[in-house]
Amino acid sequence: MRRSTIAAVAAIGSVSLMLAGCSKADNGSGGGKSDAKANAATTGVVNASTHKGGTVTYAMSDVPDSFDPGNTYYAYMYNFSRLYARPLMTFAPGPGQKGNKLVPDLASGPGKSSDGGKTWTYTIRKGLKYQDGTPITSKDVKYAVERSNFARDVLSLGPNYFQQFLQNPDHYKGPYKDKSAKGLASIGTPDDNTIVFHLNRPFQEFDYLVASPQTAPVPQSKDDGVDYVKHIVSSGSYQFQSYQEGKQAVLVRNKNWDPKTDPLRKQYPDKIVVNLKVNQSTIDKDLQAGDTLIDMQGTGVAQQTQAQLINDSQKKANTDNAYGGRLVYMAINTKLKPFDNVQCRKAVEYAVNKVSVQTALGGPIRGDVATTILPPDIPGYEKTDMYATPGNKGDVAKAKDALKACGKKTINTTITARSDRQSEVDSATAVIEALKKVGINASMKQYPSGKYFTDYAGVPKFNQKNNVGLMMMQWGADWPSGYGFLQQILNSAAISDSGNTNLSQLTDKDVDKMLAQAISEPDLAARNKLYAQIDKKAMDDAAIVPLTYFKVLLYRSPYATNMVSSSAWSGQYDYLNVGTTKK
Amino acid sequence: MTELSKTGSAVGEPVAAAGDSAARTSFLDVRDLKVHFPTDDGIVKSVDGLSFALDKGETLCIVGESGSGKSVTSLAIMGLHRLGARGKNVQMHGEIWLDGKELISAPPQDVRRLRGRDMAMIFQDPLSAMHPYYTVGTQIVEAYRVHNDVSRKVARTRAIELLDRVGIPEPAKRVDSYPHEFSGGMRQRAMIAMSLANNPSLLIADEPTTALDVTVQAQILDLIRDLQKEFESAVVLITHDLGVVAEIADQVLVMYGGRCVERGPVDEVFAQPQHPYTWGLLGSMPRIDREQTDRLTPVKGQPPSLINVPSGCAFHPRCPYADVPKDNVTRTQRPELELADGGHWSACHLSTEDRTRIWTEEIAPKL
Amino acid sequence: MISYIIRRVIAAVILLLVVTAVTFCIFFLLPRLAGQTADQLAQQYIGKSPSAADVAAVKHNLGLDQPVYEQYWHFIKGIVTGADYHFGPTTLHCNAPCFGYSFKNHVAVWPELTQRLPVTASLAIGAAVIWLLSGVTIGVISALRPGSLFDRAFMGVALTGVSMPMFFTGQLALLLFTYQWPIFGRTYVPFTENPAQWANTLIPAWCSLALLYSAIYARLTRSGMLETMNEDFIRTARAKGLHERTVVGRHGLRAALTPIITVFGMDFGLLLGGAVITEKVFSLHGVGEYAVQGITDNDLPKVLGVTLLAAFFVVLFNLLVDLLYAAADPRVRLS
Repeated sequence: MRRSTIAAVAAIGSVSLMLAGCSKADNGSGGGKSDAKANAATTGVVNASTHKGGTVTYAMSDVPDSFDPGNTYYAYMYNFSRLYARPLMTFAPGPGQKGNKLVPDLASGPGKSSDGGKTWTYTIRKGLKYQDGTPITSKDVKYAVERSNFARDVLSLGPNYFQQFLQNPDHYKGPYKDKSAKGLASIGTPDDNTIVFHLNRPFQEFDYLVASPQTAPVPQSKDDGVDYVKHIVSSGSYQFQSYQEGKQAVLVRNKNWDPKTDPLRKQYPDKIVVNLKVNQSTIDKDLQAGDTLIDMQGTGVAQQTQAQLINDSQKKANTDNAYGGRLVYMAINTKLKPFDNVQCRKAVEYAVNKVSVQTALGGPIRGDVATTILPPDIPGYEKTDMYATPGNKGDVAKAKDALKACGKKTINTTITARSDRQSEVDSATAVIEALKKVGINASMKQYPSGKYFTDYAGVPKFNQKNNVGLMMMQWGADWPSGYGFLQQILNSAAISDSGNTNLSQLTDKDVDKMLAQAISEPDLAARNKLYAQIDKKAMDDAAIVPLTYFKVLLYRSPYATNMVSSSAWSGQYDYLNVGTTKK
Repeated sequence: MTELSKTGSAVGEPVAAAGDSAARTSFLDVRDLKVHFPTDDGIVKSVDGLSFALDKGETLCIVGESGSGKSVTSLAIMGLHRLGARGKNVQMHGEIWLDGKELISAPPQDVRRLRGRDMAMIFQDPLSAMHPYYTVGTQIVEAYRVHNDVSRKVARTRAIELLDRVGIPEPAKRVDSYPHEFSGGMRQRAMIAMSLANNPSLLIADEPTTALDVTVQAQILDLIRDLQKEFESAVVLITHDLGVVAEIADQVLVMYGGRCVERGPVDEVFAQPQHPYTWGLLGSMPRIDREQTDRLTPVKGQPPSLINVPSGCAFHPRCPYADVPKDNVTRTQRPELELADGGHWSACHLSTEDRTRIWTEEIAPKL
Repeated sequence: MISYIIRRVIAAVILLLVVTAVTFCIFFLLPRLAGQTADQLAQQYIGKSPSAADVAAVKHNLGLDQPVYEQYWHFIKGIVTGADYHFGPTTLHCNAPCFGYSFKNHVAVWPELTQRLPVTASLAIGAAVIWLLSGVTIGVISALRPGSLFDRAFMGVALTGVSMPMFFTGQLALLLFTYQWPIFGRTYVPFTENPAQWANTLIPAWCSLALLYSAIYARLTRSGMLETMNEDFIRTARAKGLHERTVVGRHGLRAALTPIITVFGMDFGLLLGGAVITEKVFSLHGVGEYAVQGITDNDLPKVLGVTLLAAFFVVLFNLLVDLLYAAADPRVRLS
């Protein structure tokens, strides 16, 4: 009796040893110890492994707007939702800029455009099934787009690019109000594997749009609007086992997902757990303890953790300091006197001490000094510095010259910042200091971020009335392209009475023209060239003072496998194939 | 015998005087009692050398102003000063003999066992002295059971019996009432019932009638007197009301500034008071048969500070006869108790002649 | 007695109505008075660049196009009779008591609250037991020996406890006992699932929260006891020859505890409305956290729900305290 027990224990021990040996042999870097260096995941795959099993635990300090792929607007949800919702196209898991590459997902290939980029046709893969085994058809994709873009009173949280770009002469009211079988006329489904989008204007980056989870199929019979989130029907490699609003989501393998239909997903872990509303410092500690593998939001560790990590060479090796596809900048109101004069704007460009701003924002870990509008991880970026100053610390003489050219000795103006973002307030203070040296007196007004665009800085009339000449701002693109980035902040058509994002109110015909030209240009290289030109033109207009290229500091768990920090996800790790070496 | 040898023979401490038979000790014998409270301002000498004795069946009234040390004396006998947070700081000297046992040097547990059984106390304000959250019955039961190993039921019967004895109507019903549901007089009766629970041989009543109206006062005093007769206990009654004294006391002790200034059988003291302070007390006594206007002036001035007791006679700053010439006496000399006829003691520098003259000529006619 | 309770309940209902009305005004009336339009309000609950039709539809769905008093009336009516919401293909019925649907993610508030309440209650009850026991014990011992080393030491600790913010002690407790020496669990487990785990994960939170309160209660008990032990009835109890422990326990503490019960009722009721910072620090998904979520999202129904719940508990525990008071102190009559 006793003997056999010992033998059994010994047997179990040796099996686990063998398993450990196996997994070691498999990937060479298992067992929780990684010899990867800092930033390794921005240049290559860290802990590449095909090891299956285990639970991958995600945690986030907030709650996502929604797990419903048709009702979300967060990059991390775009990233994560692919585990259970396959969009037509997506980004290939790859480090850094390599992650910006579009690959077909539900579709079998990229969209075929005709009509100069106004009509886009996709063929979806054969043999696709939902978690319940029912087949996925192109009609489900059409329905997904309809519900997410044309019923915004119900599903209001995602963007509405399809609504903006699809033809809709009949004013289709969405699937919940319009129960006709036809649905939106501008999306055609000639057969179960084909879907055709008819746009109202040429749009050569449509593949980026269909990379949104809004194209992930939703079976109409299972959709009950806002409640769909409680029983999402999976088309991906995982399906929901449980979902508790604001607390936890648990995903398990989807047995009806067929790897033959999916070149991207590998279905490594047995289970995926997402813990919501966990204190950020707790997440950071759990990450280091190996109890949480990924901080889902991917916005970086807490301030105090950051100091710990970068001062400890061992811990620092497990960090990635990645660009977040985001620019921290200050918009100059081109419609407000005297900033309607480009020379006055140039004075600001020269005067700002970007190093002190960078310091106020948290130092180089939180961003590199920026000299262009497009950040380096967005296609179209070209390194230039139109308003170069010594050491990026501002040039008082040049600024004063510009001010003289503008016919001013002093300027009194107001600068706005979001009161609940301390680093933004601090950076505005640094700007004010620098401007004072050249004779521009700016006083700060702070507003809550929730109403910054709807009630304050995003309301041109408000700015005019309150002499707001300068506005602190951050911007990230909805999809990693020059158009995705620049369109909303430079296009004169984007100016609106409230919720305006073209804070400079730039109305430069050349910029508008080049944007329109770029989006109808089929050739990627030619498009990127145009984006670089737009960037230069807008800088020439001195509409924007780029401050820093936003960076995040991520802790890369040594237990997590297949880790790549992708530019397509604002520097987040690509969540598609993260596995674990933990049992 | 050994007990007596402890006494020592302090000057002017007459009670256990050498003349008395050493074998005969009174039931309650207080000898040179000192109760001092150290404070930040100095030592408060609340009682500073007090002696008296009392036998079973006798009633002693201690009179004096507030702050004269009467209440402190009674609490000292009960051993209550030493309890609680501040108990440690109290300095007690002298001896208290109760039925042959010395209490000051006795272990606290022994004194606790005597409390409530051999000696019991009635307090001035029965409303605050009874626990507001417990019924009268519960409180009596508690007092009985702590000294008698009986069931709650037996104790309750005893409580009802006691309430009945002190004249509370429908005792079986009122036993479950709370103190606040009683009238003032009833409450004091209940309080008395509680203190009598274990037939104490010494009953100390600290101003038992002060909080009551006049008619009830008389009833309560009658009750105490009756009970004393019934139980043959010794009673120490503390009061500032000489009317009460006249009604109930066998012996009277006048306290001033923590010391005894006059003591003797009540008839003697009332007929021939020897101390100017006693005169003052008598003068301040309200009388129904007299007009308010020609009342004799009460004692003027404030009671003395117990930290810096005036040197010499503590009463001299207030004494109207301080300037009467005295032989061979300096102001800083303290008058000691001296025995006059009939066991009448007093401590005054005035000559016996002066005192007799002042009393008969100046004081008595005005009373 | 019965009529007393009925009157108190009516008063409580009126109070709750006032509380909700005030919350309503803060959220709806004040922004309107400040010049915000219903459109702007609706825009907060919709994604980027909405069309005018989208805004109008959302405005209508959320009832923002109605006058504030009508919205308020619908809310109150929903609590009593339930309400229907038209989001999407199906009409969502929200059973009474319907606290409305979250504007932001369209989840019914009431089920959320009932799900979260056990977490908050677990936190509150555990912490309350600890702080009552420790606070009262320390307070009594201190009061019996004022000025002693124990008294000074513990009152010093108490002062520190009161002045230490939750986000400090909480983080410290987490760091030490959950990470440095992993004695305690990290993720909340419902009591019904595993009581041992439940307690194990909650102990750091309980202790951190209790530290704050027991400090207050120790001081409260101490001063109450000091006062009570000087009462005449304590002298009487001693004069009866009672043991000192009976005097302290049966006579002293009984009287000193009554005011503490009052304070406790208030504190406990408030805590059931959510211990915001504690829940945040320990990542407990309780009621307080829900309120914070509602405030940051400008999501009125959430805030309203928690406010109402918190107010309800405060009122309830006030009533309980009064009843308890009457039971404890026979002099108190309920009328």
